[in-house]
Amino acid sequence: MSQLREYADEAAEPRERTAGRRLTIGWQHAGRPADLREHYERYGPLPDGGRGGRRSRRGLVDAVAAAGLTGRGGAGFPTGTKMRAVVSRRGPAVVVANGMESEPASEKDQALLARAPHLVLDGAVLAAQAVGADTVHLCLDRTRNWQVDEVLRAIEEREQARLDPIRLLVHELPRHYVASEETALVRWLNGGEAKPMATPPRPFERGVQRRPTLVDNVETLAHVALIARFGPNWFRGAGRPECPGTMLVTITGAVRDPGVYEIEAGSRVGDVLAMSGENDSDSILIGGYFGTWHTTADIAPLPMTTAGLRPAGASVGAGVLFALPAGSCGITEAARVLDYLARQGAQQCGPCMFGLPAIADDFAQLAAGRPEGDTLARLARRLPVITGRGACRHPDGAVRMAASALTAFAADARAHAAGRPCLGAHRRRPDSGGPPIPRPGAEGEWR
Amino acid sequence: MTLKLRLDPTACTGHALCADLLAERIELDEWGFPIILGDVPPSLAAHARRAVRACPTLALELLPTRDDSREERARHRERDS
Repeated sequence: MSQLREYADEAAEPRERTAGRRLTIGWQHAGRPADLREHYERYGPLPDGGRGGRRSRRGLVDAVAAAGLTGRGGAGFPTGTKMRAVVSRRGPAVVVANGMESEPASEKDQALLARAPHLVLDGAVLAAQAVGADTVHLCLDRTRNWQVDEVLRAIEEREQARLDPIRLLVHELPRHYVASEETALVRWLNGGEAKPMATPPRPFERGVQRRPTLVDNVETLAHVALIARFGPNWFRGAGRPECPGTMLVTITGAVRDPGVYEIEAGSRVGDVLAMSGENDSDSILIGGYFGTWHTTADIAPLPMTTAGLRPAGASVGAGVLFALPAGSCGITEAARVLDYLARQGAQQCGPCMFGLPAIADDFAQLAAGRPEGDTLARLARRLPVITGRGACRHPDGAVRMAASALTAFAADARAHAAGRPCLGAHRRRPDSGGPPIPRPGAEGEWR
Repeated sequence: MTLKLRLDPTACTGHALCADLLAERIELDEWGFPIILGDVPPSLAAHARRAVRACPTLALELLPTRDDSREERARHRERDS
């Protein structure tokens, strides 16, 4: 506990105290990234001017663990545990800040980097010092060149202020759904393709340049920067004991005010959805394209946490809520998402290369109401066979999304399978407001 | 000693020799890729080793199960002390 004292809770809290707002302070005023001066006004300087002694840096690992911060990239792994795993390995470490945000319906990491880049960079530098790394690799999607420019400008500002004793390198990676998976980042940074690798070894064991590597989502790192300033007890002042803090969510689809919101972890799904205004949607996709479809009435009362959503077979994932427009066909939209995921595989593992296109084809038949044979029976056989057999979780996520659509839209699925597609399927137009599907880019490009 | 089969799915290209040599523990999905049905008991160890050796892409591995490796370590500790 003595080490935690250096992050005592008496430390100044953010001056602009808007209920529940931590990462998003000042966002409503700014259409541009906060510069270093504005950033300091908002949050104060780094503890010890960012150059704390070895003891206080190691103290940060304990503070993050005590805060109960979990990864905000999708997997929700305890960040303190991950940091400790890296610290326990021998030799100099490396930090990878994951800003790829390849989930098409998610915009939170882009919003965070566009408004508060210094908070992310603070967190990355502090995490690097805490785990004994001298370099931070910030990975971004190369198709977002404005974002790369903004982040580079922020780093330049820090260099001019001689702020960081840590090297900050920005990398532009090819855009693919699976390229943001942590082993894909490591493989790319080591000179390979941005494709996931079979584990073990996990990055904390052997990552960039074979060193122990901490891979954290950029939002997670922003929370680390706040825990370093204000302490674990302050962090636990929001959220619930079992899921403390705040988190960013992206609410899209048929809602009045789509966008990125900051919520207290553990808020009910219905309350989160209500932040974006009234809607008449019956069904939502929660978590992202690896997530699950539910009727809104079923999922709304549940807390948006790993444990809270588990009974419904759902998870928080990357914090995406997509509201299906009323009158849309859920089977058709699920088929579009599944087709996208099937095309987004790294073409490495058989079950993913052949299994996903096969079930995507089944779904396309179902959506069109032109089943070849017993499509539902075929899906019931195929879906469980694919899960758990890839190097990464891409096939598992796609299967989960597909299976959840068959449950959430069960009656509709039966009608489609009997050759009677619903009106929503007939009336669909490109602007019907389905889940966003990125335009096929340079998809052959993995390096 | 029970053994565990581990498949590197990025290396496997579906030659499917393993399913012939160890049909008791490996079956093929409809696309011709192996599904591992469970751990390998001592009675099948020789067949499993043959399947591992036969894989043209070296995608299959035979490992001690976790419990066994723990026992193994305990044995080493006893021997060392």
